Amino acid sequence: MQEHDMSWVRTEMVLAQPAPAGVTGFRAWVRKNLIASAGDTILTIVGIALVAMILPQIINWAFINAVWTGPDRTVCATVAQGGVQPDGWTGACWAFVNAKFGQFMVGRYPIEERWRPILVAILFVALLVPMLIPKVPRKGLNAILLFFVLPIVAFILLVGGMFGLPHVETSLWGGLLVTLSLSFVGIAVSLPLGIVLALGRRSKMPIIKTLCVVFIETVRGIPLITVLFFASVMLPLFLPEGVSFDKFLRALIGVSLFAAAYMAEVVRGGLQAIPKGQYEGADSLGLGYWQKMYFIVMPQALKLVIPGIVNTFIGMFKDTSLVIIISMFDLLGIVKQNFSDPNWATAQTARSGLIFAAFVFWLFCFGMSRYSMYTERRLDTGHKR
Amino acid sequence: MASQEVLREEPSRGSFINDPKVRGIFFQALVVVVLVAGVWWIAHNVIDNLTRLHIASGFGFLKGRAGFDISESAIAYSSDSTYGRAILVGLLNTVIVAVVGIITATIIGFIIGIGRLSQNWLIRKICTVYVEVFRNIPPLLVIFFWYSGVLAVLPAPRDSINLPFGSFLNQRGFYFPRAVWGDGSWLIFVALLVGIAMAWFVARKARQRQMATGQQFPVLWTALALIVGLPLLAYALSGFPLTFDYPKQSTFNLTGGFQVRPEFLSLYLALSCYTAAFIAEIVRAGIRGVSRGQTEAAGALGLRPGSILRLVVVPQAMRIVIPPLTSQYLNLTKNSSLAIAIGYPDLTATAGTVLNQTGQAVEGVVIMMVIYLAISLLTSLVMNWFNAKMALVER
Repeated sequence: MQEHDMSWVRTEMVLAQPAPAGVTGFRAWVRKNLIASAGDTILTIVGIALVAMILPQIINWAFINAVWTGPDRTVCATVAQGGVQPDGWTGACWAFVNAKFGQFMVGRYPIEERWRPILVAILFVALLVPMLIPKVPRKGLNAILLFFVLPIVAFILLVGGMFGLPHVETSLWGGLLVTLSLSFVGIAVSLPLGIVLALGRRSKMPIIKTLCVVFIETVRGIPLITVLFFASVMLPLFLPEGVSFDKFLRALIGVSLFAAAYMAEVVRGGLQAIPKGQYEGADSLGLGYWQKMYFIVMPQALKLVIPGIVNTFIGMFKDTSLVIIISMFDLLGIVKQNFSDPNWATAQTARSGLIFAAFVFWLFCFGMSRYSMYTERRLDTGHKR
Repeated sequence: MASQEVLREEPSRGSFINDPKVRGIFFQALVVVVLVAGVWWIAHNVIDNLTRLHIASGFGFLKGRAGFDISESAIAYSSDSTYGRAILVGLLNTVIVAVVGIITATIIGFIIGIGRLSQNWLIRKICTVYVEVFRNIPPLLVIFFWYSGVLAVLPAPRDSINLPFGSFLNQRGFYFPRAVWGDGSWLIFVALLVGIAMAWFVARKARQRQMATGQQFPVLWTALALIVGLPLLAYALSGFPLTFDYPKQSTFNLTGGFQVRPEFLSLYLALSCYTAAFIAEIVRAGIRGVSRGQTEAAGALGLRPGSILRLVVVPQAMRIVIPPLTSQYLNLTKNSSLAIAIGYPDLTATAGTVLNQTGQAVEGVVIMMVIYLAISLLTSLVMNWFNAKMALVER
């Protein structure tokens, strides 16, 4: 009886209470992330001031004041400069980008033949997208089509001169077409070459090792421009009289060799990170050198260095813009070349064109880096220490 | 019996061609043969081509008259100078832009990198946007943007933008007052050197005393007083020899002062902004690489947040940061060769001009390669020394 008076047993559960008002919700978030201390508050104010100063200007320039279409420079010039805009106007001249869009994409490729690069682009996307989505089956066939069949088809379509297609000089190529084809070939060549160089550098054969070390360290020590100079000025001297290389091919060789040296160092990092037991285990199974590398070491090593490989790809994609130095016109080159077009010369032209080019480069590079992060997460087998 | 004799023989090594040692020697010999043949073929072609084009070989051309002007030069140069001197001018220009670029990129990079780890959401986001924008566009584009997009559309010299301290900004670059060192100004430099030496000495003594007795000494303030105070004292004693030559506005141009040309300015700004984004990522990775336990343990010892950062986190983060930082410095130096695209006369640009004028492509490219390799090796050596100094000293 007494027990009943003294103690009290709860018979029903208490419902979960919401968190205290101080730790959730918008106000708590602000308190934690923006005004945690006096110094923090000052930083926030400075930050807001910075954003408030820059962002409206950018939006004004790029969207509100921008000119989207127009026949020539008058739409983007102020009255004083011989245009239609009021004095003191500043805004993006997207009309320039709009008018030159075709050139920015394929350069001076003949207009009646432009369906060819467009077809190649469609094929490329059609093969690349299923390659990138892990769930789509038949990766092997896809890879063969993408890395072996597509280059041949693309070569026939773009260069022409056979199957009734008129020949198009590579000197007429330009814009995004050059950027993408240089990077695609560079990526396709530099990865295998880089793997071979990395294996060579770790080889026990002294001569092969020395050769690989000398090649890698020399190329890594000099700027790409010097390599391109080398490819454009010295390669013709290396060949017998009368034999000449296409300029595009020379740039391709230069860019691929350059990227291969960086790739070799990235792959070597991966090879070094594989524990010795894996090598010994493969040896004890009786695998030969190439079997050991192909089945045991490389799959693990390459997975480890995916971020590094993609970084090298991104670096190479950005580096293709340097071919402007040996007077080839990639996306950046063709944009820059069009600044001198008297039909479009205004104070805003250069800025607008460059920002457009920056945006295209940015899209590709950012896409690559995000995809690499995704792959890294997907392939993560949880063996990381 | 027979079987025993078989056992006593050398173990079978399989076929001769499957012996890895023999194979190794064979493949290396093959590579050497191919390489020698290739080099011989190339050399043969080069000699053939050079004689056909009547191009001289050898480095004698370096003594020839250059005959072209260079817009910016740190040493005396005219079109009558030699090709060798032209290349030297280019090399100095490369070094100048690389050094100032590295300093600025490091400062911006550290600020942005630390900003990305800030508690403050807004600062974190601003820094992230900066890094993601600059990491993903080509450096050449950034250079063009500063050159054609920003500096080229500045007002003409007549309507220059006035900046503080009597400096101006216009289409032709950035003008600021030039310091004119009068008689007796050497005393200031001597005082500065003495100040630095004394500050170093004081820092050493203070450290020894702290190690021995635990007493601290305000090293920073003493050093500042010595390094700033002594030259100021010397300046006053020698009768104020330093004057400034201010840029003055005339009808069409600015005269006097020190002019920084837009080529240099855009290259410098672009390289600094671009490389800073990469340095920021390195710094962030370095600081995050120091485990939280270190910070917490330091806090438990009673260190203040500032001291934790200075004495515990940064020294450990630096060990992670230095090797990749070195390669970024090398990248910046190599990227300075993009100067050629906007006409800043760096090494590549001047050597390229020399190469075009003399036609001696082989020598020109070899000179470029050797100099860049030398710069790379030198930077690596310095940074490796620094790295070894910062490395963990284990007892």
